[in-house]
Amino acid sequence: MTTAQPAPDLAAFRKLAVELRQTILRTIANAGSGHPGGSLSMVELLIGLYWHKLRHDPKRPDWPDRDLFLLSKGHGCPALYTVLAYHGYFPKEELMTLRKYPTRLQGHPERGSLPGIEISAGSLGQGLSMANGIAMADRLDQRARRIYCLMGDGEIQEGQVWEAAMTAHHHKLENVCAIIDANQLQQNGPVKQLKDIEPLAEKWRAFGWHTIEINGHDIAQVVKAYDEAATIKGKPQAIVARTIKGKGVSFMELNPAWHGVAPKPDELEKALRELSTVHV
Amino acid sequence: MVDKATRDGFGEGLLELGTTHPNVVALSGDLEDSCRAVAFKKQYPTRFFSVGIAEQDMIGTAAGLAIAGKIPFACSFSQFVTGKTLEQLRMAVCYQKLNVKVVGSHGGLSVGADGATAEALEEFAHMRSLPFMTVIAPCDALEAKRLTIACADYPGPVFLRLGRAPVPAITKASDAAQIGRANVVRSGDDVTVIACGVMVMHSLQAAEQLAKEGISARVINLHTIKPIDRDAVIAAAKETGAIVTAEEHSVIGGLGGAVAEVLAQTHPTPMRFVGVQDRFGTSGNPADLLKAFHLMPEDVVKAVKDVLRLKQHAL
Repeated sequence: MTTAQPAPDLAAFRKLAVELRQTILRTIANAGSGHPGGSLSMVELLIGLYWHKLRHDPKRPDWPDRDLFLLSKGHGCPALYTVLAYHGYFPKEELMTLRKYPTRLQGHPERGSLPGIEISAGSLGQGLSMANGIAMADRLDQRARRIYCLMGDGEIQEGQVWEAAMTAHHHKLENVCAIIDANQLQQNGPVKQLKDIEPLAEKWRAFGWHTIEINGHDIAQVVKAYDEAATIKGKPQAIVARTIKGKGVSFMELNPAWHGVAPKPDELEKALRELSTVHV
Repeated sequence: MVDKATRDGFGEGLLELGTTHPNVVALSGDLEDSCRAVAFKKQYPTRFFSVGIAEQDMIGTAAGLAIAGKIPFACSFSQFVTGKTLEQLRMAVCYQKLNVKVVGSHGGLSVGADGATAEALEEFAHMRSLPFMTVIAPCDALEAKRLTIACADYPGPVFLRLGRAPVPAITKASDAAQIGRANVVRSGDDVTVIACGVMVMHSLQAAEQLAKEGISARVINLHTIKPIDRDAVIAAAKETGAIVTAEEHSVIGGLGGAVAEVLAQTHPTPMRFVGVQDRFGTSGNPADLLKAFHLMPEDVVKAVKDVLRLKQHAL
């Protein structure tokens, strides 16, 4: 069983981040399509959960008292699939079936098709409402698990997110923690240009959430934010993680062209080489 | 017996489920009074969730409750709970095969004076097209209560369409109400009228009228539009050779469409559709609107006579 680690090994996490990014890129390249930018931006956010904060057990994906991670930005699933494979939810080799019929690794995640996938996603803006519903049921059942919901910054242009934000605050859903992967880009360009959502932290605070703003690639800040959020009583928590879309690969970073395109073999080689030179 | 709306039957059924099914919970977007979920809310305050005027969030929240093992009944006006939320119902509820019960009150023209924006006339088409969704439209309050109770033990997503206007009791409390099983409410050999909701009553009245003219009309209460009772529909086509469908809904994609889909592939049969003719509703007293939209017993009678001419021609 993997439980919260009292003293996270941050150096190991940094090395792991590089390895996960490489596997994510290989997985997407092999699939021939997918979303590298938004997968690379959320790597540290997933490490902080799956190797530090989340109470989960890959051998018992249905363990009723596990903490839940809901990936609302479904297009980031190559990152989640990679993390789940590293934890042994399914064999790593299966990553090479991503998006290929017949596969359990759907282009956007499908609940029930693969161990560790808690919700179906792909139509944006819906995860937070589901997180709230789970937390409401848990309160009735006196179950103390926490529910984490990861959304993109483009995604929160969806009105349902703000309906859910009001619901979580009104019902004081203290077990709900929203994570915003604020990677600055959406499909057609910078969020700021297409429809500005700033000031982000102030918005979540105004909606009654305990809000923590961090650099989402600084694993120490990520771990600290999750630890702080878990101590908050009486209100939901939002972690606004400032990230870089395409993080780790210079030609992908903050380049909208890499929202939904798989790297070709030479581009993959270039990306892997660059990642392998990262000193952690 | 006093006339009673199907929404009232739902409210009674939900209240009863509160006792028999501890996992039943309810949600509403500020319409719990109109949907008759208030008694449940009063009796079980911790099991009722107010989500504000936010139908999309309500459906997503219901999905979350179902993921965690609850049986949520999400209530609003039929138009809003199926129309604004189609995407949430598709991905969060049906794609995940969740045990969410979607309750649409004020279906059809029964909201009356409020007018077109609240008059749901397309929900059967929307809901029927969603994989795994069950679609139910009870004909009276007693049946609404029985089917509400049946919903709780029927796994998977269900849409329950209710009316606002009081209607006479057609069924008895002791009648069967099995989801997916149509009830033949009047036997007959010349033609079959297949109806749901308020149109079951109008079809029975039409059958009375037709009997006086020597026409023997079978009437089927097709309270479950999906999954459709194929056996009952095919038997009616084979045994009576002519079908009229009647619904307080658009003639596109509703009960009539569902019946036609079955018969076109099994036993092609002359048909006529009584329903709303591809238009929006309007303000008025529900009884007047049913007349204006040609949903009265005499409209069923006319459709029967039309279809019998087709049947004669086909012979």
